[in-house]
Amino acid sequence: MAAREDLASADIATYLAEQEQKTLLRFITCGSVDDGKSTLIGRLLFDSKLIYEDQLAAVERDSKVAGTQGEKVDLALLVDGLAAEREQGITIDVAYRFFSTDRRKFIVADTPGHEQYTRNMATGASTADVAVLLIDARNGVQAQTRRHAYITSLLGIRHVVVAVNKMDLVDFAQSRFDEISREFDELAGHLEFASATSIPVSALDGDNVTARSTRMPWYEGPALLGYLEEVDVSPQELAAFRMPVQWVNRPNHEFRGFCGTIAAGTVARGDAVIAMPSGRRSTVDRIVSFAGDLDRAVSGQAVTLTLADEIDVSRGDVLCSGDDPAEQSDQFAAHIVWMHAKPLLPGRQYRFKTDNQTVLGSVTDLKYKVDVNSFAKQAGKTLELNDIGVANIALAKPVVFAPYRDNRRLGSFIIIDRQSNETVGAGMLDFSLRRAANVVWQELEIGKAQRAAQKHQRP
Amino acid sequence: MTQLTHLDRLEAESIHIMREVVAECDKPVMLYSVGKDSSVMLRLALKAFHPARPPFPLLHVDTTWKFREMIEFRDRMAGQYGLDLIVHINEEGVAEGIGPISHGSAVHTDVMKTQALKQALDRYGFDAAFGGARRDEDKSRAKERVFSFRSAQHRWDPKNQRPELWSIYNTRVARGESMRVFPMSNWTELDIWQYIHRENIEIPSLYFAARRPVVERDGVLIMVDDERLPLEKGERPQERMVRFRTLGCYPLTGAIESEATTLLEIIRETLVTTSSERQGRVIDSDVGASMEQKKQEGYF
Ligand SMILES: Nc1nc2c(ncn2[C@@H]2O[C@H](COP(=O)(O)OP(=O)(O)O)[C@@H](O)[C@H]2O)c(=O)[nH]1
Repeated sequence: MAAREDLASADIATYLAEQEQKTLLRFITCGSVDDGKSTLIGRLLFDSKLIYEDQLAAVERDSKVAGTQGEKVDLALLVDGLAAEREQGITIDVAYRFFSTDRRKFIVADTPGHEQYTRNMATGASTADVAVLLIDARNGVQAQTRRHAYITSLLGIRHVVVAVNKMDLVDFAQSRFDEISREFDELAGHLEFASATSIPVSALDGDNVTARSTRMPWYEGPALLGYLEEVDVSPQELAAFRMPVQWVNRPNHEFRGFCGTIAAGTVARGDAVIAMPSGRRSTVDRIVSFAGDLDRAVSGQAVTLTLADEIDVSRGDVLCSGDDPAEQSDQFAAHIVWMHAKPLLPGRQYRFKTDNQTVLGSVTDLKYKVDVNSFAKQAGKTLELNDIGVANIALAKPVVFAPYRDNRRLGSFIIIDRQSNETVGAGMLDFSLRRAANVVWQELEIGKAQRAAQKHQRP
Repeated sequence: MTQLTHLDRLEAESIHIMREVVAECDKPVMLYSVGKDSSVMLRLALKAFHPARPPFPLLHVDTTWKFREMIEFRDRMAGQYGLDLIVHINEEGVAEGIGPISHGSAVHTDVMKTQALKQALDRYGFDAAFGGARRDEDKSRAKERVFSFRSAQHRWDPKNQRPELWSIYNTRVARGESMRVFPMSNWTELDIWQYIHRENIEIPSLYFAARRPVVERDGVLIMVDDERLPLEKGERPQERMVRFRTLGCYPLTGAIESEATTLLEIIRETLVTTSSERQGRVIDSDVGASMEQKKQEGYF
């Protein structure tokens, strides 16, 4: 929104056309209490000018009453939320904030740095593409930093950026920054990130937040905002087509459309598809949309497909590319984050809700718990609130899935208590504990082998 | 791979949410308030279920003090798209003569809007109600879930919300309990305007500047939409070039002076504006936490 002032004279239509081409980035911010997270987010919102004067006036008023900045406006107050929290002076849940630049729209999941931490952070991280981890330059990498990095990685975030904050309090020293980024790189080496970047910032004064700081000439990388505008999080181009069927649209006898959000790959008219778990095959007849039929649709789009043949497909099924269907199973190894004060009871029946269906099931065997600070495995009989564990689960019927690592939509589930209906846990599928016996598989294996033979290559 | 734009992704998310409700809930309803957000929400519903019509009714809670044009617009949209429209008025409130002028905005809003909404939800037994609220509207909404659980008394408990991960929504409720569902949670005001522009969505002309009869009360411009607005001694409505940033009960909705008569001009004004959207709503101008209190009591 840098162009805001010039806009009165700018050609608004051109401006809008450009704005409509923006992409979306979702990120999460994590830090311990007082690392400066609220200040940093307030700064991003403020500098991208999405703070209106009336909101600012309210903050100025509040700053005098509750602020920690004396006469300076306390930007952290911009992002404080519910009344209950204001009384306690802390944030207690996941809040979502929005700002945008000329390049991207951003959705920030803001999670607090205390007790309910694992639960809240897992929630915020589940939809994020990038994590911004705050570290106080005076303290360096702490136990909490390890925890944030672990949960970030567990929830499948591929890009992590470390904002080494309060550089003003360490005299903007390069040596201190280098030391912390080395420490973090060492830590990140144990986790599954595609990239880990460190940026020295001062959230309070705005150094390297939205613009490069002149007070740290030794730093040659981008400001945090520049990084967030550039980081590439586009889905994998070559992934095989997957569309979990969410709802079947049958307004009359002539029309039967399968609705869902494409979880991977692309689909075009005429593509061969296979419905899993049934293994029935057909081709895509139409991609129906309100504005007319489409020729092609891509991962992330919510579409309606019709098929050339009348095959039985319903909610819970997954339409897959004809030569590369997803796996199915009813027994899995999974990571579980427990989110309720009542602990997990192995053996008890819960509802497991995946992206497109709800199935009864239970945790049959808790393998171990993970200490999020040391990443050490610990023995345990149950998971308590904010515990993370690895367990075997058994479902009442097979579901079509992909390992979470490969596909978030097809590898995630929540656990719902049957009595209270509350969401008590969330999980990520690691792998199937057995391959459900299935003819489709054999047929496919043979098909693959034949095709490979024809192409003179190994399957 | 074709990069989806931010509007594409927001649209897909909203459609996914609406379909999830239809797939899982017994009796959904869409709260339709006639404003620009409702207009976008309706378009999203048309898209989500095309070629079928949205498989749920629209509910408009009519406080009897809405701008006349809103009512005309509402009925025309329902006709144009063949929608099932339910209009609910709190008849007890009408019998007691409750109104914004005689009883003040707090009582009026509570009886004719909040209570009326609860009546309607109870009467028809809806278990899920779509609303057009956005997280960017207000601090207390920033933490609101997409699927927001309400007790049988329609209360919202900010301390006891279900965690919401990925796009997997827990839609389960016991008898009498319900969900408020906000498919546009992640949209901002600017996204709404951009989408209206991109999709060419019709909105009530009250959003566009025109010469309208207004009176100024405590610095707020109130349109004299009918003869029920009592004029003070010597007060005469003036024709001024005004438009509205939000639509509601006319005596409670401030107009802003503007020359913006086209969508592009409105968007330009929105981009350069220095006051947030809710400022035009008389009911929100009190203390910071008031919205949250209203929500806890069941206001949408
Ligand atoms: N000197 C200095 N203080 C900072 C900086 N960033 C934040 N602070 C201060 O650190 C304290 C905690 O900040 P806050 O944003 O509330 O932290 P949160 O608990 O992580 O949200 C406040 O007093 C801030 O003003 C910084 O870059 N430099």
